[in-house]
Amino acid sequence: MVKSSLKLLLAGVLTFVQGAAGANDAAPAVDDPVLEARMTAIASELRCLVCQNQTIADSHADLAVDLRRQVREMLQAGQTDQQITDYMTARYGDFVLYRPPFKTVTALLWIGPAAMVVGGLGALFVVLRRRSRMQADHFEPEDPDAST
Amino acid sequence: MKYLKYLLPMAIFLVLVLFLGAGLRLDPKEVPSPLIGKPAPAFSLARLDGPEQKISRDALLGQVWMLNVWASWCVACRQEHPLLVEFAKSKTLPIYGLNYKDQRAAGLKWLADFGNPYTASLSDTDGRVGIDFGVYGVPETFIIDRQGVVRFKHTGPLTPEVIRTEIEPLVRKLNG
Repeated sequence: MVKSSLKLLLAGVLTFVQGAAGANDAAPAVDDPVLEARMTAIASELRCLVCQNQTIADSHADLAVDLRRQVREMLQAGQTDQQITDYMTARYGDFVLYRPPFKTVTALLWIGPAAMVVGGLGALFVVLRRRSRMQADHFEPEDPDAST
Repeated sequence: MKYLKYLLPMAIFLVLVLFLGAGLRLDPKEVPSPLIGKPAPAFSLARLDGPEQKISRDALLGQVWMLNVWASWCVACRQEHPLLVEFAKSKTLPIYGLNYKDQRAAGLKWLADFGNPYTASLSDTDGRVGIDFGVYGVPETFIIDRQGVVRFKHTGPLTPEVIRTEIEPLVRKLNG
């Protein structure tokens, strides 16, 4: 959700910048749009290690260009998405995946946010219930000036 | 029990500070290599100074060697280079260079200008062997043992500390 809205924003900014720069970046000639779409789908799940908060699909870094070429060639050779993902993690580790697999080392990453929300709601619930059971004289009396 | 109410948030806060403090010290550019403990990727590349002669991974088996990834366009490599030239003089281990995505002429000129610490440099013109080694930030340095297993990786320029505290002890251990 956040990622997609960020992408929209980025796309908007890029359109603006490209418009301002006279759009001198020509779109690469695409021989096979289906293959290119699959390549983009895979590359947008991979992190560019040179510019770490960009995907390989977005990045203009040299390495990202090379890795896009690599993905394209592997697709042409008939490899599956899983084989390509495995190829990348064998070289760059789980860090290249924007959605890392669930393992003991990544458990905190996956469960952490949900655990914090549950913990916070639980604490809130306990506190509110305890308060609702308290006698009225536990609380400060209402401002006497207000009633007069 | 009475104090717990006040101490608990404090304790949670301190734990959070510890985590965030540790996070600040981590360098996100240091990505652990999945290659450590695994056989080095196979390659067969032309020598930079003699393209007709090829060097393969298997030809280097039986010795502990260093692979240093460099390029003439790489600014950090220039910063690292004097240290590497100095280190090569100690003859601790053979240093092979991987001339990554570079032009042969530019690479040769760079070595002529700044000194050549390498036993040999290999031309990886299209960067494919670099990808196999998971190279993403030149310079990078690997140590490979006699069986051809990657034992160590350093991303970014080497420092005297890294050589003294990590590379030298490791090479001694692997050769011992």
